[in-house]
Amino acid sequence: MKDFDIHRSLNEIDVNAEWVGLREVREITTHRIIRDDHPQSNVTSTTHGIMVEALVDGQFGYCSVNRLDQESIQEAAEKAYIQAKESAKYSLFKFTTDSRPKSVGTHESSYKLTADSISPGELNNILLKVCNALKVSDKIVSRESYGRIVDSTYRFVSSNGSDIHQKFMLVTTDCSATAQEGNIIQRRTDAGLRGRSYQMGMELFDEMELIQRAKRVGKEVVELLTAEECPTETTTIVLTPDQMMLQIHESVGHALELDRILGDERNYAGWSFVRPGDFGSLQYGSSLMNIVFDPTIQTQFASYGFDDGGMKAEKEYIIKNGLLVRALGGRESQIRTGIPGVANLRASSWNRAPIDRMANLNLEPGDATFNEIIGSVERGVFMESNRSWSIDDYRIKFQFGCEYGKLIENGEITKTVRNPNYRAKTIPFWHSLKMIGNKDTFGIYGTPYCGKGEPNQTIRVGHASPVCLFENIEVFGGVS
Amino acid sequence: MTHNQSYEKNMEQVFNNVCDKVLSDLRNDEHLTISMKGERSHFIRLSKARVRQAGIVCDADVGLNFIENGRSAWGGVTFSGNKEVDTQRVISELERLRREVSQLPEDPYVIIPKKGDSSREVYKGNLLSEADVVDALLPAIHGVDLAGIYASGVIFQGTANSAGQRHWFSTETFSFDYSLITPEEKMVKSTFAGTSWDQSRYEKKIKQSKREIKIMEQPVKKVKPGTYRTCFGPAAVADLIWMFSWEGLGEGDIQQGKSALIKMREEGKTLSPLLTLSEDFRDGTVPKFNEYGELSSDYIPLILKGKLVNTLISSRTAKEYQMKSNYAPEEEYQRSPRMANGTLDKDDLLKELGTGLYLSNLHYLNWSDNIGGRVTGMTRYACFWVENGNIVSPINNMRFDDTIYNFFGNQLEEVSSNVELIPDVSTYEGRQFGGAYVPAILVSSFTLTL
Repeated sequence: MKDFDIHRSLNEIDVNAEWVGLREVREITTHRIIRDDHPQSNVTSTTHGIMVEALVDGQFGYCSVNRLDQESIQEAAEKAYIQAKESAKYSLFKFTTDSRPKSVGTHESSYKLTADSISPGELNNILLKVCNALKVSDKIVSRESYGRIVDSTYRFVSSNGSDIHQKFMLVTTDCSATAQEGNIIQRRTDAGLRGRSYQMGMELFDEMELIQRAKRVGKEVVELLTAEECPTETTTIVLTPDQMMLQIHESVGHALELDRILGDERNYAGWSFVRPGDFGSLQYGSSLMNIVFDPTIQTQFASYGFDDGGMKAEKEYIIKNGLLVRALGGRESQIRTGIPGVANLRASSWNRAPIDRMANLNLEPGDATFNEIIGSVERGVFMESNRSWSIDDYRIKFQFGCEYGKLIENGEITKTVRNPNYRAKTIPFWHSLKMIGNKDTFGIYGTPYCGKGEPNQTIRVGHASPVCLFENIEVFGGVS
Repeated sequence: MTHNQSYEKNMEQVFNNVCDKVLSDLRNDEHLTISMKGERSHFIRLSKARVRQAGIVCDADVGLNFIENGRSAWGGVTFSGNKEVDTQRVISELERLRREVSQLPEDPYVIIPKKGDSSREVYKGNLLSEADVVDALLPAIHGVDLAGIYASGVIFQGTANSAGQRHWFSTETFSFDYSLITPEEKMVKSTFAGTSWDQSRYEKKIKQSKREIKIMEQPVKKVKPGTYRTCFGPAAVADLIWMFSWEGLGEGDIQQGKSALIKMREEGKTLSPLLTLSEDFRDGTVPKFNEYGELSSDYIPLILKGKLVNTLISSRTAKEYQMKSNYAPEEEYQRSPRMANGTLDKDDLLKELGTGLYLSNLHYLNWSDNIGGRVTGMTRYACFWVENGNIVSPINNMRFDDTIYNFFGNQLEEVSSNVELIPDVSTYEGRQFGGAYVPAILVSSFTLTL
């Protein structure tokens, strides 16, 4: 961005708006995939553009352009102005500059190794070795190793003095293996949903560690071929942090996004069973449940210093001892409702307007050791790594499936089971949280793929959780 | 010329100029395909029949698929429409790819671009001007609770390769995808879409939706988990058909053990003889060329009377598994699906259903056992309990979990004689071309679980 002076550009814009903001994003994303010992994909793409927002008569309008010359930005500002001016005749809500207060600061990911510290050739070589390590049996019919690197720079400046500069380095690693014996086919990945996504550097491509994990993935997928189907019964389930990621995301995160509660999302992802009056009064789950919005954990995938409205990101309790206390709503939604929220007005890139998005949403650890949790279960199913997810538009009725399961019998993990699934309703489910693991069971995960909004936006999220035990849950297996 | 038309025209010109320059400067042993996708779109997001967000997005990207010495890499950059800026960006990206490719392992399945037919299709529309939209859209929805998204503008796609083949496809379209909502929070969904805005047609469409929402004001029947005789409206069928793009009809997924249709290939399982599904480009709303400029046939039968007769095969997959490509995109998804009509008159649908469920829309589908062909999801919007051929009441939203081998297989009783276009209104990577042509279907048993 050295050739583009965003401050100068802002100063030269000539429109009669109450407020003007410029948000420039430059993001370089690289995917590298090795499949069955051959390169499948070596892709690097750069997106670079700017969104001009204008506030006119209480209404925001925007125009996003892929050209950074002043003439184009001035034209974009005029279009944003017209959009705001015309739309103001039918505004849903009249905002003021209070929704974009002055904010100044910087944020930079903490990492050891820069993106260019491992060359494309070296990274292909590492991924080849990981792919090779997956082949622990002739029953494995397909193998894949994966790396994703994102180098992202955000600038946000505004007519009331905001000046924010954020730089992110994000890395995802994964591997997967598919095994077949007769008509039984099973697939296992490293954590499901590209869950090993972190705000870290190339140090994550630790060859020895990735190979060890690949061997485990290969071994477990072969194990699933001869495993029994997950039983159909109502029982205790023990979920690992990589499945809790999805559980928190779908049945807590989206349900508590204020724009959904306000109804903005009703034509797409849906509404929420949570109502504005529930904050401070709804017992969402058991007293073991403590959910925090925490964009300050350095290595977690969706950490940041400021949201796209310029609000400083800080840790906040969302659910405290099971009681719903705060919403996942950014400044605009907070002003619309008067409900306390967080700094989560976020856009996926320069070409989308910011909306309420969960970022890092974590379940805090408790006291139980892993052995105490398993030891407490007379009969149950242990489930690991998400492979299937679906929930209704009010975020009540969900059904999730995992890659790998184990029976728990008389306080011990026994047989492997395949195709483990469970279904439940959100509030009864979280009230059935009976044991929560300690820090030793805590795992940090994230995923690049959370979809929401109109026009649609895919954004990164992070979720951390300990191992958790839920009682009286309906479990079942695959097609018989 | 409108803003959209001048934007698209400039993009095509600059794309051609950049391609001329870059392709002519390639070295003898280098191969390159340059692809482009872009849009100039106007979005207005509505909630409670008021404007929540409004804006314009001008965006385009070019991708360079570079091959040298049996090695390949892909590079993408934002395309601005400024000839000097874009030429420099593309040349710079090509230099990066040259440096990268030399380090990569050999790729045995690399596809060298070929000379083939070139094409150019530009479809102009008659869209509302950006300053006029809110006054056209909002008065008709005064007094109702509506959430939705109006999207309008030009979308374009092009390719050019080092063997001399070029394509360009652009179209101006609009869509207004919306939900009407009762005070009791029951909803109906509809989409008004096309290439030429007609205010009176729009107002008629809204009036029709207002009539449809009335029936949702009746008390809800609480349906319990179980199996039900069920009629799926076209939008619900479209949701089910699109599932075949996700670990379904792709040949690579079948070969690599990831497809819900593996049992059809390996065990000879079939779906209902009433089910015929094709990739059909004949209506001209979707470009026939993929990101490598390869041209698909106008019509590819995929499932013919319940039998899997073709899959979507990219040239890369074809080379790996010694098959014949049908020039699917590399991700082997459906671009223009059409499910064939049956014989049941749409006016007789409810009569044939008798007593059971009518589901207009589904929500949040996912494979719950991909290899077993089992799909889970929710009922949503205008879904009804029907008795003796008459709609009795809306139902509560229910979770389903059932297999394609049931609802598209032995339980499929009837297919409607009319087929509707359900436009693809998704906008994750930008606005989309086309949609799915689908009928309504009647199944004798469908499993609700929660």
